[in-house]
Amino acid sequence: MRDWIRQKMSRRGLLSGGVLAAAGASFAALLKNQPARAQGDPYAHSTHAMGNAAASHPHAHGNMIAVGDVDSAHNGFDPSKMLTDWETGTVSRLPGGRVLRTFEIAAQDKEIEIVPGVFFPAWTYNGRVPGPTLRATEGERLRIVFRNESSHPHTMHFHGIHSARMDGVPGAGEALPGGEFVYEFDAFPFGCHLYHCHFLPLKRHIHKGMYGAFIIDPDPARHPEQAAVARSRLLGTPENKQWQEFVMVMNAFDTDMDGENEVYAVNTVGHHYMKHPIQIARGKPVRIYLVNVTEFDPINSFHLHANFFDYYDHGTTLTPTLKTVDTVMQCQAQRGILEFTFKEHEIGMYMFHAHQSEFAELGWMAMFDVVEATS
Amino acid sequence: MNESTRQPIDTGTPAAAPRASSRATDLLWFAVPLLALVLAAAWLVTSDWLSAFNTGAPPVEKLTFERTVLDGDGIHVKVRAGGSGPIAIAQVLVDDAYWTFRQEPAGEIDPLSSAWLHIPYPWVLGEKHDVKVLTRTGVPFVKTIDVAVPTPQAQIGQLGPQALLGIFVGIVPVVIGMLFYPALRHVGSSSMNFVLALTIGLLVFLFIDTLEEALEFAGQTAESFQGTTMVLLVAAAAFLLLFAVGRRHGTPTGLALATYIALGIGLHNFGEGLAIGAAFTAGIAGLGTFLVLGFTLHNVTEGIGIVAPLVDARPSYPAFAGLALLAGAPAIFGIWLGSLSYAPHWAALALAIGAGAILQVIVEVGAYLMRRAGAREGAWLSPGVLAGLGLGIGVMYVTAMLVKV
Repeated sequence: MRDWIRQKMSRRGLLSGGVLAAAGASFAALLKNQPARAQGDPYAHSTHAMGNAAASHPHAHGNMIAVGDVDSAHNGFDPSKMLTDWETGTVSRLPGGRVLRTFEIAAQDKEIEIVPGVFFPAWTYNGRVPGPTLRATEGERLRIVFRNESSHPHTMHFHGIHSARMDGVPGAGEALPGGEFVYEFDAFPFGCHLYHCHFLPLKRHIHKGMYGAFIIDPDPARHPEQAAVARSRLLGTPENKQWQEFVMVMNAFDTDMDGENEVYAVNTVGHHYMKHPIQIARGKPVRIYLVNVTEFDPINSFHLHANFFDYYDHGTTLTPTLKTVDTVMQCQAQRGILEFTFKEHEIGMYMFHAHQSEFAELGWMAMFDVVEATS
Repeated sequence: MNESTRQPIDTGTPAAAPRASSRATDLLWFAVPLLALVLAAAWLVTSDWLSAFNTGAPPVEKLTFERTVLDGDGIHVKVRAGGSGPIAIAQVLVDDAYWTFRQEPAGEIDPLSSAWLHIPYPWVLGEKHDVKVLTRTGVPFVKTIDVAVPTPQAQIGQLGPQALLGIFVGIVPVVIGMLFYPALRHVGSSSMNFVLALTIGLLVFLFIDTLEEALEFAGQTAESFQGTTMVLLVAAAAFLLLFAVGRRHGTPTGLALATYIALGIGLHNFGEGLAIGAAFTAGIAGLGTFLVLGFTLHNVTEGIGIVAPLVDARPSYPAFAGLALLAGAPAIFGIWLGSLSYAPHWAALALAIGAGAILQVIVEVGAYLMRRAGAREGAWLSPGVLAGLGLGIGVMYVTAMLVKV
């Protein structure tokens, strides 16, 4: 008899049950008042019953949100600060007068909170996921001192131009636990890039958290015909200061290691920018360095509400590769630069999220809080 | 060696006077092992040498969904914790979307304790929903609601129709079966053995069916309850208890035997009612005429079984009515209870008692049959009896097909 119930509990069972019910209207009639209450609106009831967490922000997405907030202090990194946290390393001069930029990176095992109350045993660069956003200028000599303080062998594989010896794959640039490797190459080409661990198995080394953005700003001197655009991209110039720049690494976490992600996010913490919207001064244009490292899913995407942007695939050009779009998709390791402005908009909350609704509902959902002037 | 040491003590114990003081000493001896146990536990807790076994593996987490209630406020699930330590519920996802929830009581759930999760989710009538609970370690526990329908509440308005359904699948078929009584009285003694064998056959089917259901519910209970062991032990205990009670005044015959049969069948029908009621909860509001008729047909044989031992007696009409109620009415209570959302361990317990009770009547009807046939050696294994057994099991098996669509 339990078999009978199990059969009936399938969707198909319900339908055939319905047919049976229609055939035997007398008994169906006995039961007819039962499903009536389902037509009520549970949603309307619930919003007040629940959700102090949801109510914490007027524009939070009703009840479709993770409860609570992540302890950023305990994590050691705050996704809100990560947006503009550029790691520029230390600068010195080579004998020929060329700039040598040195970064120090350490691989560390660390448990991080990826959605309130859920902890993930991550492998990190410098104790944070994503790792530090390395930012250099086109043509510089880069030296990355990579120490492995973790329990597994790791590498740093840069998406850039370098020699085979510097590729950061097993056999060419790995650092064993307790070991060190120094990567050296020239900063080419300019654009929005990334680095990640290329040790094996690759999938695990990536999804455990070993990745970060790697931005090479164009050198205006090398692009005389588009010097103004290049200058606006070059960190620290007066033109660049007119922009609001953010780095966003689209990532995800598979907490039960079954090859499917439980948490999707920008900069690791699911729903962080729903609970802490990103403030934008209306008059200043916005530039986003967007990188996708999501494992297990073929693509990820970025959709901006109520606005359109220009897109520079890989950031390796100074003219947009896509003009006036509001959605862009990236496969893993694909990246690009988004430029847009809210100049003509009302102030208010403007959403952005992955336009795979599944990813959005699993944490990759965020808000811009467009204000007159940022505090 | 035991013999030799015991011997001198037994013989050496003087009669009356030292008995009182030795009783106090006896009690003291009971305290010794208890004290040893306390000391061992204290040492284990304080010395912490078990930490040598700590491999750094995350704690084992177990979460069992015991009840699911869908109503105008959303989805409510009752979860019971198991595993090696308390469980912290970090997030709840419904259909792969993070959703707010309220836990009652709040905080970590200790092993074997339970908590309600109230999720204000706008579920959709007739559709499938997955409720996923994420613990601190990100281990997901999933409850699938195959067909979402509002969970019936204990409302007076619904008790009536449900009772009518219970009467139709429980009492009506038993009464119809009992109407064979005059016919049974007209058949001869040899045919009587056939009818008793038929009764045993149907009881054997019911025993297997009930035990299977009990074990199935047991499989859904929290691991700490050791469902299968619980079901088997409870069934054995119920059997022994009823067997002992039944034999207080010798082997039960006539009305007494019929009463025990009715009790066993009643407990089985209670389980059947639970399942029908649970069917409402789980998503079948449309119970077809065909199914109800199937149950009715399936249960008619039960009525024949109940009156079979009464052929030599001549019970009053109220006695017949009482037997019909005892065997059939539990179906009504089963449907009432089953349609409310209930925890699986209670259903497993009720069905385990039913299995034990049915086993008891199998033994007693068997004994009765052997006594009747006792005059002739081996007569109870006559072709008539074997045919009765086969027919009893066969009819139940075939009619059961009607209710397993």
